[in-house]
Amino acid sequence: MTTFAELHAALDRTNKTGEKLALLERFFRLAPDPEKLWTLALLTGRRPRRPVSTARLREWAAARAGIPGWLFEECYQHAGDLGETLHLLLPPAQTSEIRPTGEWFRWLDDLRGLSESEQRALIIEAWDGLPAAERLVFNKLITGGFRVGVSRALVIRALAAAMEMEPDRVARAIMGNWDPRETVFGNLWKEDPAADLARPYPFCLAHPFTGNPADTLGTPAEWLAEWKWDGIRGQLIKRGGDLFLWSRGEEPVGDRFPELLQLAGCLPDGTVMDGEILPWRDGRPLGFSVLQTRIGRKALTTRLLREAPVVFTAYDLLEWEGRDFRGEPLDRRRERLEHAVAAFAPRRGGAPLLRLSEEVPFQTWEELAALRDESRDRLAEGLMIKKRDAPYPAGRPRGIWWKWKVDPFSVDAVLVQSQPGHGRRSTLHTDHTFAVWSDGALVPFAKAYSGLTDEEIRRVDRFVKTHTTARHGPVRTVAPELVFEIGFEHIARSTRHRAGVAVRFPRILRWREDKPAAEADTLETLKSLTRLPDIPKAKTTQLELF
Amino acid sequence: MKPVSPQSRLLAFTDHGLYCPPGNFYIDPWRPVDQALITHAHADHARAGHGAYLAHPASASVLRARIGAEISLQTLPCGQSITLQDARVTFFPAGHIPGSVQIRIEHRGETAVAAGDYKTTPDGLSEAWEPVRCHLFVTESTFGLPIYHWRPEAEVFAEIHEWWRQNREAGKTSVLLAYSLGKAQRVLRGLDRGIGPVWVHESIQRMNDCLRADGTDAPDFPVFRKANRGNESGQMIVTPPAAADALTRRSTVSLAQVSGWMTVRGNRRRLALDRGFVLSDHADWDGLNHAVAATGAERVWVTHGQTEAFSRWLREEKGLDAVPVATRFQGEGDGDNGESEAGP
Repeated sequence: MTTFAELHAALDRTNKTGEKLALLERFFRLAPDPEKLWTLALLTGRRPRRPVSTARLREWAAARAGIPGWLFEECYQHAGDLGETLHLLLPPAQTSEIRPTGEWFRWLDDLRGLSESEQRALIIEAWDGLPAAERLVFNKLITGGFRVGVSRALVIRALAAAMEMEPDRVARAIMGNWDPRETVFGNLWKEDPAADLARPYPFCLAHPFTGNPADTLGTPAEWLAEWKWDGIRGQLIKRGGDLFLWSRGEEPVGDRFPELLQLAGCLPDGTVMDGEILPWRDGRPLGFSVLQTRIGRKALTTRLLREAPVVFTAYDLLEWEGRDFRGEPLDRRRERLEHAVAAFAPRRGGAPLLRLSEEVPFQTWEELAALRDESRDRLAEGLMIKKRDAPYPAGRPRGIWWKWKVDPFSVDAVLVQSQPGHGRRSTLHTDHTFAVWSDGALVPFAKAYSGLTDEEIRRVDRFVKTHTTARHGPVRTVAPELVFEIGFEHIARSTRHRAGVAVRFPRILRWREDKPAAEADTLETLKSLTRLPDIPKAKTTQLELF
Repeated sequence: MKPVSPQSRLLAFTDHGLYCPPGNFYIDPWRPVDQALITHAHADHARAGHGAYLAHPASASVLRARIGAEISLQTLPCGQSITLQDARVTFFPAGHIPGSVQIRIEHRGETAVAAGDYKTTPDGLSEAWEPVRCHLFVTESTFGLPIYHWRPEAEVFAEIHEWWRQNREAGKTSVLLAYSLGKAQRVLRGLDRGIGPVWVHESIQRMNDCLRADGTDAPDFPVFRKANRGNESGQMIVTPPAAADALTRRSTVSLAQVSGWMTVRGNRRRLALDRGFVLSDHADWDGLNHAVAATGAERVWVTHGQTEAFSRWLREEKGLDAVPVATRFQGEGDGDNGESEAGP
């Protein structure tokens, strides 16, 4: 097992984490270095850019398989994954050609510059030449949708074992902005001053807390509470005169929040803070929907920057004066953080760019529970509870950081449309649209995928298949009979949604089999839950930064 | 196009199921009727409550065991004909499971065939499928998409045996999920008992006994019980999916399912399986196309499965008068409860 395709096939043949770990470790011990590098790139989401549109790929594959385009689409809908659909439809290989994974990356890169007919000829040649396991991987590479069922934590554990290194060192080495085309495996582990400047620390993630803290968390004095805000988790790094901002998904996001880059001029070198990027004005958050107006926009207009200003709310200090601070207990890290924010946070026309996530003082768990009930009024999602004497570990350790969210909003809504899911749910109708009543008509307001048991999923799927009233491609309109309690975190008025409101994180809380559709909630009820300000209408008129 | 309820002089779809007006009988009806003709004994085709049943002799004991010993059951072997009012009825092998038949109906020079579930390749256990010429062909379409291509049975068993040997080396029990009627017998017949001891779930043994009583060469295996659970090296347990829960979450078990649905990785992942082996008792894409062509039928009614896609393919690419037919209990895909066996 020395190629990525072989590893991929082997990982696919077990559902057990321990076995996956052993396979990964063996691979990282035995495979040649270049293959390790490319594999690591793929396992950490560094995919090649898609060289040709999926529309072309579908067209060429349908022609190669001798089927009409519509039948290809039926198959895609059914299999749920484009790479796999290609794999299943194409005729078996006529020759067998195995190339190192890195060569395929370069092959795909080179493909981008060619004419469409050249691309077509080369891709079909590859399809015809690749053995089954390689072709599956190849198809996943060219369709750009690559997911292997192993977590980053597992990859880190396997690498640490194979390289006989501390997991934390491994985690740091594979973070950040490296490109497999421009480095070699050995370089990842070397100290590289330039790359190290920008490199973030692995994030510490929280577990959801349920139940009564008095029963499980012990003495209140051992814990620190903060409001849990709904923003973008970020790591703010100031080193070597530059400021770097990373999202939790390890994306550099500095250019999306240019106002925060001004912090470069204020913070001392050798400072790393963990916190939340929040839309903020007049001393309070504006709600995630406001942030959404900025996410994913290529052009940030001055108007957008004015209407959705952001602040970095710091809650932890990971590096101070160039020293890794993560081994220090939380209390001590916070003490320094408070000092740092007080001493260096700038003010820009009265609006802060950097603020401290304030501590929520409490004496008893009852008191904290009462504070938690105020979360919505403060536009917070709930509370974070952190162990005061704990260091800052990587990953999602148990018992150190808890997120104690408020119970979600909920309404009873009617299932009106449904379509098959993807991946493991591709043969079941699991993607549902829900509606509430308004003047005798049902108005859709949310899509939800999760929240039902396997048994309920099967029963709802059966209902959908036997109560379809119309079909538009994969989407089925169903008889409006089933009622579900839909939970969501936030609600805001919206001009882009038919219902006039947008909800955040909608999910199915339970199936209300006791309720007929006529007794589902109304749009009026839904709107009455809105407490947030209207979403500003963001108009992008021109490309203009600052 | 939308599913329709088409009619011919010989057959019509009603809210009770597929009906033959000249013969005044139903085929695999889903609501109680006076006279039911049963293509095979899987639960979604053979339901309780009918006045009289007509089926192949190889499925008699299974039907009595599953529906009730007291049912009024008449049997008809393949190749023999019977007259029911104005219709002449003949059974032909469907190759799906032991005792599965296609039903040919003749009336005033017209011929219709209701194929039930079928596969075109022999499995050594069921009577082999044969093409039957007709004017109207009612076909299933469970795997009626061109992503479904079955590999030769021997290759699949080689894979199963390799997996089984690897588990033996690793000190694990192999658990193979297979429906108790049809798939289980086919799998048991193909297993190399030299690799290790094989146990079956009692529901499989019950089916084996029934099939043997009616002349099918069903294999005989000891029944797995918790009380006598062995820890023998390399043991294999064959069990229906519904009965597997107690066995599956242990690290000393490798769990695999044998089914046509295992073609799609998403199904295997959803069921949290270690392995999926693609072996089906239904026709694959090529098998369905071959069967339709071999009947010479100009009208084709497509039921059970990929009704829309397969009928459109036959209409647009093969020039046939093909329509999708709405059936009550099986929607498209019917992904989960697997190949045709709805009941436990």
